[in-house]
Amino acid sequence: MFDFSIITNWLHDFLMGTCGFAEWGAILTESVLVALAIITLYAVFAIALIYMERKVCAAFQCRLGPMRVGKWGLLQVFSDVFKMLTKEIISMRQSDLFLHNLAPFLVVTASMVTFSCLPWNMGAHIIDFNVGVFFFLAISSIGVVGILLAGWSSNNKYSLIGAMRSGAQIISYELSIGMTMLAMICLTGTMSFSEICQDQYVNGWNIVRGHVPAVIAFLIYLVAGNAECNRGPFDLPECESELTAGYHTEYSGMHFGYYYLAEYLNLFICAGMASTIFLGGWAPLHIYGLEGFNGVMDLVPGAVWFLGKTFFVVFLLMWLRWTFPRLRIDQILSLEWKYLIPFSMVNLVLMALCVAMGWHF
Amino acid sequence: MEEKSYFGGIADGLKSLTTGLKTTMREFFTPKITEQYPENRATNVMFDRFRGSLTMPHNEQNQHQCIGCGLCQMACPNDTIKVTSEFYETPDGKKKKRLVKYEYDLGSCMFCQLCTRACPHGAITFDQSYENAVFDRSKLKKVLNHEGSKCVKE
Repeated sequence: MFDFSIITNWLHDFLMGTCGFAEWGAILTESVLVALAIITLYAVFAIALIYMERKVCAAFQCRLGPMRVGKWGLLQVFSDVFKMLTKEIISMRQSDLFLHNLAPFLVVTASMVTFSCLPWNMGAHIIDFNVGVFFFLAISSIGVVGILLAGWSSNNKYSLIGAMRSGAQIISYELSIGMTMLAMICLTGTMSFSEICQDQYVNGWNIVRGHVPAVIAFLIYLVAGNAECNRGPFDLPECESELTAGYHTEYSGMHFGYYYLAEYLNLFICAGMASTIFLGGWAPLHIYGLEGFNGVMDLVPGAVWFLGKTFFVVFLLMWLRWTFPRLRIDQILSLEWKYLIPFSMVNLVLMALCVAMGWHF
Repeated sequence: MEEKSYFGGIADGLKSLTTGLKTTMREFFTPKITEQYPENRATNVMFDRFRGSLTMPHNEQNQHQCIGCGLCQMACPNDTIKVTSEFYETPDGKKKKRLVKYEYDLGSCMFCQLCTRACPHGAITFDQSYENAVFDRSKLKKVLNHEGSKCVKE
């Protein structure tokens, strides 16, 4: 298995030794480099995901999707991005300008920080410490603040209703996300993402190790994750028919672009977290007893495994989105409070029982 | 509708959700119906009932079915059709009507098909052409009977 820490250690030694940086200088330089890499990846994945969404949605609706701009419409998203960049950012009278301008940055910051929690490869964890899962949950909640601020500062009733719905929905569904993650932490015994992945590399993927409770947790996570990303069938905060566009009605230009970007990256982060916690992150597929097969699987780089699994989960989420009709707000809340939370609680107990009795693999 | 039990509701819900997922997954792999228009110009065929523009079919001997009765002209709500006919004498001394000129203005046609329904001989029909845009409206006026054509009954 290729260990990415070889490269990071080499860079660190290079900066410290050859360039003669002090410890703090080397770490500062590395942080800037990593931040640049993360922001670039963020933009690249946003473009890839928007293209994928349009194509997958089209295929589910028996259409072809974008086909004109570039071969198979590959340049369509790029041209959309450039269009967005040229748009004017309109500031409105009667709105709280400071908060109005701050809100998209909060949303995009939350999304970027959670983005860097993902395990890209063995040794390529960017934010990784002993309470990683906890940190992830905490940071992802900052996005709600951005959404609520956007709704409040726009001085628009649709935005406010959209933001309130979004707040109610995201805060509710965070409970079952937390509970399913807790069930998996119960199995792995650690909250650090690198150790979770390392553990799955050695012992097999969590969804296989934890069998029944892990599969239940995975299903609950998919539903709750979809709701967390404000995507259909839970796209009430921005329902076009009643609320024009919900909390980002009054945004234009790149400020709207940030919401759009964060929405798609949240989808990716949600899928990436599912693949980290349930499907092994960068850990390759190992079948117990087949050493030759495992050796071949180890040759495939971890980043490929991680992205493959993540895009698989993204596809699952898109499949859900383009299949199910939208829920009403009362149905969304009763789904969470009457069904998902009791189920994830029972599942947590079940998982604890499995771990305590040693019923897992 | 009777109230379902908690677990019965979940089971029913899961069943209908999986049915939906199955349907969309089947749709995902079916051939797509999108027509890529200018590229598929050579192969694209409109469906049979498409009303492109009015035509008068002629056979190989340059004969059409029209007897010049003018019923289509009377049926047309927009005065789109103008039938010019003349009387002639048959060899056995009868006077009969025949078509001289059948004018049709695509620009004022609303494709209601009243003319084709009114025609007692099935002489006119709508074809499947769909590229009917032109740069000058005078080009929309067409004469449907071919040069030197005759009625099959003549």
